Amino acid sequence: MAADMLCDKCQKAEATVHLSRVVGPDVKKMHLCEACASASGIDLNLPPAAVIEGLLLGLGKAAAAAGGEGLPDPACPSCGLKASEFRSAGRLGCAACYRAFADELAPLLRSLHRGERHAGKAPRRSAGALLDAASADLRRELDEAVAREDFERAAELRDRLRALTARGEKPPP
Amino acid sequence: MTLLDLVRSEPSIPGRDPALPPVISSRVRLARNFADAPFPGRAGEEAGVRLWERIRAVLCGLSSMPAPVIAGGNEEIDELGRQVLLERHLISREHAGKGRGSGVVLSGDGAIAVLVNEEDHLRLQAMLPGLRLEEAWSRIDDVDTELERAVEYAFSPRWGYLTACPSNVGTGMRASVMLHLPGLVLMDEMGPVVRGIQKIGLAVRGLQGEGTAADGHLFQVSNQMTLGEREADLVATLDQIVREIVGHEMNARARLRQKREALFRDRVGRAAGVLANAHVLSSKEALDLLSVLRLGGEAGIIKIARPEALDRLMLWVQPGHVQWTEGRRLSQGRRDQARADRVRAGVALAIRGDRRRGKSG
Repeated sequence: MAADMLCDKCQKAEATVHLSRVVGPDVKKMHLCEACASASGIDLNLPPAAVIEGLLLGLGKAAAAAGGEGLPDPACPSCGLKASEFRSAGRLGCAACYRAFADELAPLLRSLHRGERHAGKAPRRSAGALLDAASADLRRELDEAVAREDFERAAELRDRLRALTARGEKPPP
Repeated sequence: MTLLDLVRSEPSIPGRDPALPPVISSRVRLARNFADAPFPGRAGEEAGVRLWERIRAVLCGLSSMPAPVIAGGNEEIDELGRQVLLERHLISREHAGKGRGSGVVLSGDGAIAVLVNEEDHLRLQAMLPGLRLEEAWSRIDDVDTELERAVEYAFSPRWGYLTACPSNVGTGMRASVMLHLPGLVLMDEMGPVVRGIQKIGLAVRGLQGEGTAADGHLFQVSNQMTLGEREADLVATLDQIVREIVGHEMNARARLRQKREALFRDRVGRAAGVLANAHVLSSKEALDLLSVLRLGGEAGIIKIARPEALDRLMLWVQPGHVQWTEGRRLSQGRRDQARADRVRAGVALAIRGDRRRGKSG
């Protein structure tokens, strides 16, 4: 492969590690070769997202060390994870951590993701249970119709069952 | 039947999609956690073991998991077995390194794998051959939907499914496609393509995921952002980009033939020669040469009677698979010899194709 981009540091080897570093409101791009990256303490075996976070969180830590001796280090009331532990490891301890560290998480999530609010699937426990009950009833009726060879009725029930399952959950295969 | 019997029976490795030859497989995984338990990294081993035992039974009873569903705790599968599962992309590197309290549940068709107590309580994964992202999403969506009736997930209306690492929060979804891109690599065009893909927020990785080399010219392309977009949209975007990459790859292959035909023929011929006659082969060398031979077959430069046998060989030359076939751990030197033995036989069969079910395994 051609060396299309040289390392920002040594300007000799091909840059194969590409990082985005968030400093205040700015995003700085860094392009390093493997040797310079590992010399800078970037663990190439970590997933890229973790590397970025390590940098992000590392910056926060450096700022705290520089002027923030004795900064409050709040802990999650549910699992006891401290804010400082989250900053150094980049991992949360439990679901309640998201509420406990909401102020730190919001900017971090903004830098990692495209949106700030979930737009996808949501658990539908209760809706699912209701649909289940309805489709179980229909299925039983369908079995009965087939047993007495009432195929017209069976076809109707099958269509209703399909409509119901298409609306919500899919039937088991 | 054990997990590894399932792997040995090689469910669903059909030929590649003739319309999209560079596409190997499509995968969609969802990260999920339970609302009432600390995430695995903070739970401790005993709590992990209890959670695994509890969820194992639930997972084995799901109707959305095609039977026979098989489960194995990490302490039940030896290190070599875990490496084989890793090379099959059925478990992750992180999971392979975990001990008691972690485990995996597989569906009988090999398409669905649920990792328990990896970084999150659950990693639900569907993997299908070819470009079938939408179908993979639909299958894992079914498993997830059935599961959520039995358990309560950690979920916030604002941030979606809550995960141990903030980079997965939201949909918790990572959709990825494994691509075989020898044309772009041999034409020295992979660099710009990788940068283009990264610019639009997708990640490109090597064969074994994060931080690994693209041995065998195999690349994984996946979404990186998980918050703020719907699953179906993430899947549709990736699908579209993959089709574009495939277009670039096919163009690169055509140009390789037009502009560098002598060199191309030489590379393919040398690959065939080395693979058919070598007695010591490293994993990387075997993968790279098999990749070139496979490309030569597709381009009509060399006649390969059973191209799918080469795809299968690309799996069986990996270190875990080589040692597993031999039934024991081997030093690197012995491994490279065992691999070469297997490749000589496998490549001869793939080219001649005179055994009806020429299992290279």
